[in-house]
Amino acid sequence: MNAVPREWHRYTSGQRLARFTFYFFIVAAVVASARTVEIIPEFLYDAPEQMKDLLTRMWPPEFRYYPDGIHDALIETIHIASLGTLLSIFIALPFGLLAARNLTPSPTLNYLAKLVLVSSRSVNSLVWALLFVGIFGPGALAGTLAIAFRSVGFVGKLVGEALEETPRGPIEALEAAGASTGQRVWYGYWPQIRPAFWSIVLLRWDINVRESAVLGLVGAGGIGMAMQAAIDLFQWERVAMILLSIFIIVIVAEIAVTALRKRIL
Amino acid sequence: MNVPAPRPFRVSTGARVGFLLLALYAFYAASQLDFTWDRFITGLDNGARFIGRMFPPNFSNWELLIKGLVESLQIAVLASLGGILISLPVSLLASRNLMPSWATWPARALIAVCRSLHPVIVAIFFVKAVGFGALAGILALVVASIGFIGKLFTEAIEEISLKQVEAVRATGASFANVILFGVLPQVFSRFVGFATYQTDSNLRSSTMVGIVGAGGIGGTLFAAFQRFDYDFVCAILLSIIALIMVGEMLANLIRAVFVEGLGFGSRDGKRPAPAVPSAAKEFD
Amino acid sequence: MTASLTIRGLVKEYKPGQPVLKGIDLEFDGAGLTAIIGASGTGKSTLIRCINRLVEPTAGEIIFAGEDIAKLRRGELRNARRRIGMVFQEYNLVERLSVMENLLTGRLGYTGAWQAWLRRFPAADIERSFALLETVGLASFADQRADSLSGGQRQRVGIARALMQEPRLMLADEPTSSLDPKTSVEIMTLLKEQGAAQGIPVIVNMHDVELSRRFADRIIGMKDGMVAFDGPPAELDHAMLKHIYGGEGWLH
Repeated sequence: MNAVPREWHRYTSGQRLARFTFYFFIVAAVVASARTVEIIPEFLYDAPEQMKDLLTRMWPPEFRYYPDGIHDALIETIHIASLGTLLSIFIALPFGLLAARNLTPSPTLNYLAKLVLVSSRSVNSLVWALLFVGIFGPGALAGTLAIAFRSVGFVGKLVGEALEETPRGPIEALEAAGASTGQRVWYGYWPQIRPAFWSIVLLRWDINVRESAVLGLVGAGGIGMAMQAAIDLFQWERVAMILLSIFIIVIVAEIAVTALRKRIL
Repeated sequence: MNVPAPRPFRVSTGARVGFLLLALYAFYAASQLDFTWDRFITGLDNGARFIGRMFPPNFSNWELLIKGLVESLQIAVLASLGGILISLPVSLLASRNLMPSWATWPARALIAVCRSLHPVIVAIFFVKAVGFGALAGILALVVASIGFIGKLFTEAIEEISLKQVEAVRATGASFANVILFGVLPQVFSRFVGFATYQTDSNLRSSTMVGIVGAGGIGGTLFAAFQRFDYDFVCAILLSIIALIMVGEMLANLIRAVFVEGLGFGSRDGKRPAPAVPSAAKEFD
Repeated sequence: MTASLTIRGLVKEYKPGQPVLKGIDLEFDGAGLTAIIGASGTGKSTLIRCINRLVEPTAGEIIFAGEDIAKLRRGELRNARRRIGMVFQEYNLVERLSVMENLLTGRLGYTGAWQAWLRRFPAADIERSFALLETVGLASFADQRADSLSGGQRQRVGIARALMQEPRLMLADEPTSSLDPKTSVEIMTLLKEQGAAQGIPVIVNMHDVELSRRFADRIIGMKDGMVAFDGPPAELDHAMLKHIYGGEGWLH
């Protein structure tokens, strides 16, 4: 045993300094936010009671509202999600091909394609919807385009990554046989990324069903519009029925996607 | 499928029928939604004017812009803190390999409910319950965070090696210490990954919940849209994108410090970097 | 100071009506290494795990330091476990933690959660960790992550972790089964030496008969959930091995 007690620390002093710096900034950010954010304390104390009041007014959901406006809006929502996803595939594929470094050997083009994909993802689908409502007026067209434009970034990025991960072997064989770029994509890349591609599309469709349910809040069609109207009229039992329908359709979509993925993969 | 002699590169009949059905559906749905060429052309015209009015972006109302952005940041910070702090114990409770079913059942139900509701819908409800403003936004994003982190973190905990846990239990450690030394080290890096990912996601969402009155820059954006102030809209959108990109960089830095052991004065940490949490990436 | 361990009528059924252990009676007194041998599936591992109740016994008594472990409540059980070190076949180190943290795990029974979270262990524990790392020959490895070590190094850390508990009894469940022959001998030597140095009983599950003959002071042979042989290695003859394992081709 040594006379001087040995010390042990979990991290080097540099690591500890880095951690403390971050803890400091996190605490500072939280304290600053909590002190300056505009929260009216009375509202906060009141919240549980208000929530309870709202929930009792919503319960039970009124099923007879379903045929009256909810069913059609629900179908419209699914159309928006599906058409938006389909449309996004056509826009996303070229950018995905351009973003894949092994397929497009130009760094400038890769970078530009990635920039487009990043911008698509940085803008929330509700904001896209606002833009398209401004351009095309309220309705399902704006919603569909919003879904499509938001999905381009998702589908394009993942397809690009899938392309970059394709094994070189079969493609080199095609090159050796003198295949053109188009032939290489169709016979070399496509068969290899096909399962990934469909699973990306299905995943996005699942997300889009959820997203398209709220687009109506800014006037872009679907069940969100029915919900906004019901909220404005304080028809809480109707709101509850709409929420229940959304809940069910989201779950059905998830089950459908899981089942389809199993068949495709 | 029992095709007698599969020829290479031949598109199967099933796939052909599938594509045909998909195309038919697209036309049917488009007609149901009343998409017409005229509307599209008129829209393109509108779009050109729209974009013309967006540029150059107008930053003259910068005080309003900054105020909205700051409020969005506040919402994101507080909601992330609340969501992370709540989802940690909820996930532990929901893990079937650590807890009896009387604990996992309610915790899993809570996570499922939080996950199935879109944050904007949750925001509407909190606006009704606690009034317009940042509080509603914070609460809505706390719910979204519990749903996301809760689900993925529970899955991560259920994948841990129980042998390591058994060894810690055998030393006579208390339950809390078993969690701290046997469970958390195995999942901490993934937790940091999920938490920073969700913080980043909360930042994006915090710019949007204002559309339904739950505070932040979204309200300013929505108002500018309704006033047809498109150059201000453009300024707001550019600021949001800039904010989100800075947020993404910060999230990467946090991961580097807490997961990979990056420190000042060391080019690389003394611990090897563990696998990057990849499950979260799938969610875009 | 030695603690005696007495096992009486120990029964373990994973499925009702199908006992894996069919009434085990054993006594362990003073220092010395006891090897438990037997074919796979005879309940060696279950027996060892019943002693510190990582596996809940169905019936019977396990009297250690005057207490019946089988009847202890949770808090009391934790206190009893603190005095029983355990070494595992696959080392069971917490892989993402450093070697030092793995050693300190042995002190968790005495450490509050807050101290454990902040890694604030008493100076004596740190000192003991460094000393044990020197003992097991890993003095320069304190800050390495456990998953960067080789199998033999990991098992040394596993032994050091158990010794950190200042155990009155040491259990080892097939500690050498995942190691090569040379490392196995080193690990057994370490276990034997440390058991003698601490003056505590060491109970080791093994499948390697030669290794158990070489290191054990006493051998317990198990067959079908019962004790078939209990005595010094010299008395373990071919007839008995044939009885325990069945067949005889493997004996030559």
